[in-house]
Amino acid sequence: MNPALPFLELEAAPRVPVIFDGTALELPEGANLAAALLAAGVGVFRQTPVSGAPRAPFCMMGACFDCLVEIDGVVRQACMVEVTVGLEIRKPHGGDLGPV
Amino acid sequence: MDRFDLAIIGAGPAGMAAAREAADHGLRVVLLDEQARAGGQIYRDVDRVTGLRGDILGADYTDGARLTARLRAEGVRHIIGAVVWAIEEGFRLSYTREGRGAQLAADRVLLATGALERPMPLPGWTLPGVMTAGAGQILLKQSGLLARRAVLVGSGPLLYLIAAQMVRAGVPPLAMVETQTRADMARAMRHLGGAVRGWSYLAKGIGLLAEITRARVPRYRAATGIAIDGEGRAEAVRFTSRGRAQRIACDTVLLHHGVVPNTQAARSLGVTHRWRADQACFAPVLDTWGGADVPGVFIAGDGGGIGGAKAAEHAGRLAALRIAECAGRLTEADRDRRAVPLRSALSRELAARPFLDTAYPPVAEALSPADATIICRCEEVAAGTIRGHAKLGCLGPNQAKAFGRAGMGPCQGRYCGLTVTALLAEANGRSPDETGYYRIRPPLKPVTLGELAAMEDTAPDSAEQERAT
Amino acid sequence: MDTDYAIIGGGVVGLSVAWGLLSRGRTVTVLDGDDGSFRASRGNFGLVWVQSKGMNQPRYARWSQRSAAIWAGFAEELAANTGQAVPLEQKGGYDLHFSEETLHATVEKYETLKAQLDGDYPFEVLGHNALRKEEPHIGPKVVGAILHHQDGHANPLKLLQALAADVRRMGGRVLTGKTVTAVTKPDAFRITCADGTTLGAGRVILSAGLGAAQLGPSMGFKAPIRPQRGQVLITEKLPKLINRPSLIARQVDEGGIQIGATNEEVGHDDRVTQPGLSGLAAEAIAAYPALARAQLVRSWGALRVLSPDGLPIYQESAEMPGAFLVTCHSGITLAAAHARLLPDWLEGTEAAPDLEVFSESRFAVS
Repeated sequence: MNPALPFLELEAAPRVPVIFDGTALELPEGANLAAALLAAGVGVFRQTPVSGAPRAPFCMMGACFDCLVEIDGVVRQACMVEVTVGLEIRKPHGGDLGPV
Repeated sequence: MDRFDLAIIGAGPAGMAAAREAADHGLRVVLLDEQARAGGQIYRDVDRVTGLRGDILGADYTDGARLTARLRAEGVRHIIGAVVWAIEEGFRLSYTREGRGAQLAADRVLLATGALERPMPLPGWTLPGVMTAGAGQILLKQSGLLARRAVLVGSGPLLYLIAAQMVRAGVPPLAMVETQTRADMARAMRHLGGAVRGWSYLAKGIGLLAEITRARVPRYRAATGIAIDGEGRAEAVRFTSRGRAQRIACDTVLLHHGVVPNTQAARSLGVTHRWRADQACFAPVLDTWGGADVPGVFIAGDGGGIGGAKAAEHAGRLAALRIAECAGRLTEADRDRRAVPLRSALSRELAARPFLDTAYPPVAEALSPADATIICRCEEVAAGTIRGHAKLGCLGPNQAKAFGRAGMGPCQGRYCGLTVTALLAEANGRSPDETGYYRIRPPLKPVTLGELAAMEDTAPDSAEQERAT
Repeated sequence: MDTDYAIIGGGVVGLSVAWGLLSRGRTVTVLDGDDGSFRASRGNFGLVWVQSKGMNQPRYARWSQRSAAIWAGFAEELAANTGQAVPLEQKGGYDLHFSEETLHATVEKYETLKAQLDGDYPFEVLGHNALRKEEPHIGPKVVGAILHHQDGHANPLKLLQALAADVRRMGGRVLTGKTVTAVTKPDAFRITCADGTTLGAGRVILSAGLGAAQLGPSMGFKAPIRPQRGQVLITEKLPKLINRPSLIARQVDEGGIQIGATNEEVGHDDRVTQPGLSGLAAEAIAAYPALARAQLVRSWGALRVLSPDGLPIYQESAEMPGAFLVTCHSGITLAAAHARLLPDWLEGTEAAPDLEVFSESRFAVS
């Protein structure tokens, strides 16, 4: 466990490869995706379409929509997704949804 | 379309207890919940938590397994991962599961949708690294994660619980920035007599504080002028306490100043809500069984007014008794007889609330934020903009929404609604009830157009897509 | 007398007229409703639209064209006065077709109207391939479209807000939270509200949308107005997907795709329904298949303010001279006309537009 990372992980779990925003990561299989990305040191999940401000998980219970990511072309809440092998995660709309 | 006697939304303590009770009286019950496992937020993932994580979380949490175990017994169809996005007359429920739309029908609905963290708009609260204290709890319960360098900010017992859990895990918070004052505690003392009936809450609180004190976690009280600093993410919390300016560097900020009923589903059904001054939030108007003013709609648990997990359990069972009686499965006499112990247990659970609500009031500067503070996270609308809308004649949040987009984003006002009502009420000199709240409409949660379109004409057969547990 | 003009209804129609009268130096008091009032002004689709209007009444097509032509100048003036842009795009709009038959039938009707308008009806027919060049995301089921060059779309909420701000800036009084219960004319007009407020006025304009149906008859109007529900959808903000608007979908300036709208005769019920949402979603996906993966974030039902023939009503009361009924379904398209042209008619100047075809005399047999 890396003490430089912002979160302490109490337990180790078998990990599977995923890709987030072009970067290969190993995340615990079956874990909550938002939590797993945070634990892996992902600090910013997306930029807002209004001002381009960075955002990351806020409520972890499916209510705030700050942890949005894109999976298979659909923008979803990372905190409502479980980690599976080979998950390809992008920023919403590939991150190219700048301020309109 | 499958038809049930009762559809329950939310598999937290209220929903689980109600499902069991109703099924025990012979009702066909369906329980829908967004999560993959029963428990709600309070008992999130309780069935998978063992060992150290369970020890850290404590017995109040692991006790939830009692409810999930009973849920697995006969009679309740529990549809997991079901995001309910519309409840229409009849009742017809539309939901999404694994990327597909489905529907079911029910004679009655029980909304057990729980609570949301009270919105806490402070400067910098949208920065990555800032989360609700509830989020911190969920990270621990579901994923065994604890923030290493965290500052806890706000007021209320949950802050002490999470701080104590962090102490137990060996990563105590860097500091607790608390906003309650001695005057709040003095005011609360007049409720102490009533609270004695809820002594177990007070005893637990004292125990948590002792753990925090032993670990020498710095506590700053009566904090004001709170702001979160950071370029691109949270780097420090700034505030003033007892006349001294403070700045504490950190990686994570956990915010909390109470929870409020999640009223989205109830409002979408047209249930009347009233402002509750004692809890500084809107709550649905309910009879003593949890019945709302829309026939066939019941509400139990924190969604009906904040009472906590145990109170939710009792309220869920009370609602189930009434529903069983309505469905002809219980006589009135039987219903009332069974309700007696539940009512006294419920009243015991609620006894400490007035004391706690008064001792730990919401953070004043988050109820009426500075003009520059963002209050709508989705559309990035600042408090001053809402005050400007009032000057343009906006009496309520729906007009303000049209003018400035607050509440139009994907969270659909969950984290700005109470703030917008408060700002408009203050600016217009009207009460929260006169000011009102957002008109909540389907979809209660976003749904893809593809899922919606697939439901055209032929109502999909829900049975083939469900994985009942 | 408190005010030259009392305007009952503070939506886009009432505020546009108020703005026009204030520009001419009249004193104006607007009586507006509450947060929960039916407000077509915040539920509409936002088109500034010419095509398909007035197929049976060329004067209506002409009136819409006149308004569309002066809309940009009106929006610019509002923006300059308030410091807030009123987004408007007028680079044409489509009528999308899923069958050759409906396309050809519509083109025939447009040709007839075009002749009646002395050829001033600039549209062209795009086949699927030509349309695809303009709209790369168009779906294979769309056989073609009529592109009308006088069509466009605006941000109707920004228009509403700019009007609310500018009417106040020009000295207009806006009283909020008012429900008008009676209008009498013992001598000057006297207006009474449910909360006890009273107001004296030289003239009264009834522009209360659906509310005119209740109040109108007491003021000598037929006011044969009914609600018609339109359900509307809007998606999450998306990268540019749709170039020009159509009646099926448009991409708003904030990025979301707005999808509309149902036409339902359900009285004052403004709820949305799953079948309504599903039908609209299916049609939008047929037009733009990429929308299948877009998230619907909001939907609403709004009530159109419809006269029996769908045309506006501009009528002075015979019983109460000085009282005018101003109501229409296309308050956004006609906002510029109501602000810039209608005041001449209200004031009876030389420049007054001929609005006789929009009078209530057309409803002689009621």
